[in-house]
Amino acid sequence: MSKQTKTLNLNFGPQHPAAHGVLRLILELDGEVVEKADPHIGLLHRGTEKLIENKTYSQAIPYFDRLDYVAPMNQEHAFALAIEKILDIEVPIRGQYIRVIFCEIGRILSHILNITTQALDVGALTPSLWGFEEREKLMEFYERVSGSRLHANYFRPGGVHQDLPRGLDADILKFCNEFPKIINDLETLLTDNRIFKQRNVDIGIVSKDDALDYSFSGVMMRGSGVPWDLRKSQPYDCYEQLSFKVPIGKNGDCYDRYLCRVEEMRESVKIIKQCLEQLPKGPVKSQDNKITPPPKKEIKESMEALIHHFKLFTEGYRVKKDEIYTAVEAPKGEFGVYLISDGSSKPYKCKIRAPGFSHLQAMDYLIKGHMLADVPAVLGSLDIVFGEIDR
Amino acid sequence: MLNNTDLEKKINSELNTKVSVSKIVHETLNISIEKDDLKEVLLFLKTNPEMKFKQLIDITAVDYPNKKNRFRMIYLLLSHEFNKRIIIDYPLNENEKVFSITGIFPSANWMEREVFDMYGIDFQDHPDLRRILTDYNFEGYPLRKDFPITGHKEVRYSEEKKKVIYEPVKLEQDYRNFDYNSPWQGTEYIKEIKKNNE
Repeated sequence: MSKQTKTLNLNFGPQHPAAHGVLRLILELDGEVVEKADPHIGLLHRGTEKLIENKTYSQAIPYFDRLDYVAPMNQEHAFALAIEKILDIEVPIRGQYIRVIFCEIGRILSHILNITTQALDVGALTPSLWGFEEREKLMEFYERVSGSRLHANYFRPGGVHQDLPRGLDADILKFCNEFPKIINDLETLLTDNRIFKQRNVDIGIVSKDDALDYSFSGVMMRGSGVPWDLRKSQPYDCYEQLSFKVPIGKNGDCYDRYLCRVEEMRESVKIIKQCLEQLPKGPVKSQDNKITPPPKKEIKESMEALIHHFKLFTEGYRVKKDEIYTAVEAPKGEFGVYLISDGSSKPYKCKIRAPGFSHLQAMDYLIKGHMLADVPAVLGSLDIVFGEIDR
Repeated sequence: MLNNTDLEKKINSELNTKVSVSKIVHETLNISIEKDDLKEVLLFLKTNPEMKFKQLIDITAVDYPNKKNRFRMIYLLLSHEFNKRIIIDYPLNENEKVFSITGIFPSANWMEREVFDMYGIDFQDHPDLRRILTDYNFEGYPLRKDFPITGHKEVRYSEEKKKVIYEPVKLEQDYRNFDYNSPWQGTEYIKEIKKNNE
C-alpha cells in the first residue's frame, strides 16, 4: 500500500510580524517542509517612479527617503550622484565627508535593525531592546542635521543642505567611541548563542554562482565569499581616501551574513572616525547658485540671490538631455538610479534599482526544502524593507 | 583587462552586424541592438572570457508616446571580474513581443514581470508572467506616459457592503500641474494660444 501525501497551501502575511513589512507569502507545505514559496509583493506600492516623473529634481529627493526607510540618506546619495554626474558639478570636499559620515550612520542604523530583528524572529528579545537604544541616538544625529529623524531630505545635488550644527561632530565622535562596546555586548548575546546558531547556521545557503545569477549584491553576496563592495570597486565621493576593510563570509548561510553585518558596523565606525578626524573646513555645497540655493541671509540683501532662490524653488534647475546609471553601496546592497533627463526641470524617467527586489525574488530558491520555522530566519537575513521593494 | 574603448572595439568586431550604435557615456559603454538579436548578444556578453557580464542588474523600459517605436527596452549588466558595466537597449513597437531572458539570467523573472506590469510589454516564453507591484485585478499600465498620475480607481471600505470596494477616482480638487517656465520665455499655454491665433 502506498502512502498518499497532499501539500498544504499556507498564507503567510500580509500582516505578519516576521515578514518585516507587508509581504504576502504563499507557501506550499509538505508536512513542515516548504516545497514552494511565492511572494506576493506590491502591498506598499506608491508609484514612486511615476511621482518622480511629475516632480522637479529637488522635489524628487524626499521620495528617496521613503524607499528604504531605515537608511534614508543612502538612497538620496544615489540620486544626488546621478544629477551631479549629468550636470558635472564638483562637490566641495567637506560636503563629501559629511555625506560619507551620514551614509555610514545609515549603514549602522540599517544593520542594527536587521541584526536585532533577525534575532527577534528566532526568539531573542533582548538584542532589539539594546540595539534600538543606539538607533535612537543615531536618528537624533539625523534630526540635528536635517530636522527629522527619518525623512531627512538632506543630501542635495552639489553637496548637503546645511553644515553640521555646532557640537555635532564631537557628539558623533563620542558615539563612535562608545558604540564598539555595544557591538561587543550584542555579540555576547548572539554570536556564540546556541539557539541563535541552531536557527541560522547552514540555513539559506547561497553559492557564489547563484549569488551572481540571482543578482544579489551587498551582504547577500559578500556572505557567500564574493569580495564585492561598490565603495571599494567603484568609489564615489571620498571613499577612496578612507581605509576600511570589507568583511566576507565563507559558507553563505544566514549566520555568515549576520557575522558580515556585525563586522560592517565596526568598519563603519572606523570610517566615521576617520572622516571626523580628516573633516576639512569649507563650504558644504556647490557654490553654483544655478543649482544650489544661496544662503538665506544673502536673499535679504542681494537681488540676484533672491532671483536664484525664486527660480530654484519654483521651476527648479534644468538638467540637460542625458542618461545615466549610478549605483551606491546601500546597507542592503547595490542601490541604483537610472535617470533619463530631457532638458526640462523634471526627470523623464527615473528607474530605481532596489537591492531587496532581487533578494526577495530568490526566496523560492532559498527556502525550498527548509522547514516552515526557517522562513522567518531566511527572511530576516535577506534584510528586506518593503519601502524599496514595492517603491 | 579591456578598457572601455577596447571593449567597444571588441564587441563591435565580434558582434559586427548586431550592434547598430555604440558609444561611451559617463564611462559606461552603451550599445544599441535589434530586438531579435537580444539573446545572442546577452549570451555572448555573459560567456566571453574577456567580458564576463555575469550579473543582470536591471531591466526597464522607457515610454516615448510620440515616437514610431513607442518603447525602448534597457538592460543593465555588470561584470564583477572586470569591474565594468554595460547598457544595452533596443527600440520596440507597442504591439511587439519581447523574448524573455529568464533562461540566461534567472533574476530576469521579476524584472520582466515588473516591466510587464508597468508598461504592458509582453514577454514571450516567460515562465510566470503576472502582475507584480500593482493590485490584484488592476487595469492599465501605470508608467506609460498616458496613464494619469491620479490613477483611475480609488479604494475604500464600505460600511454598507461590509467590504472593500473600488470606485472611480473623485478628487475634491483637480491635480494641479504648475507651469513654472520663465514668464520672459513665455509659458506653455501662452505659446499655444499664440500658435492658435496664428
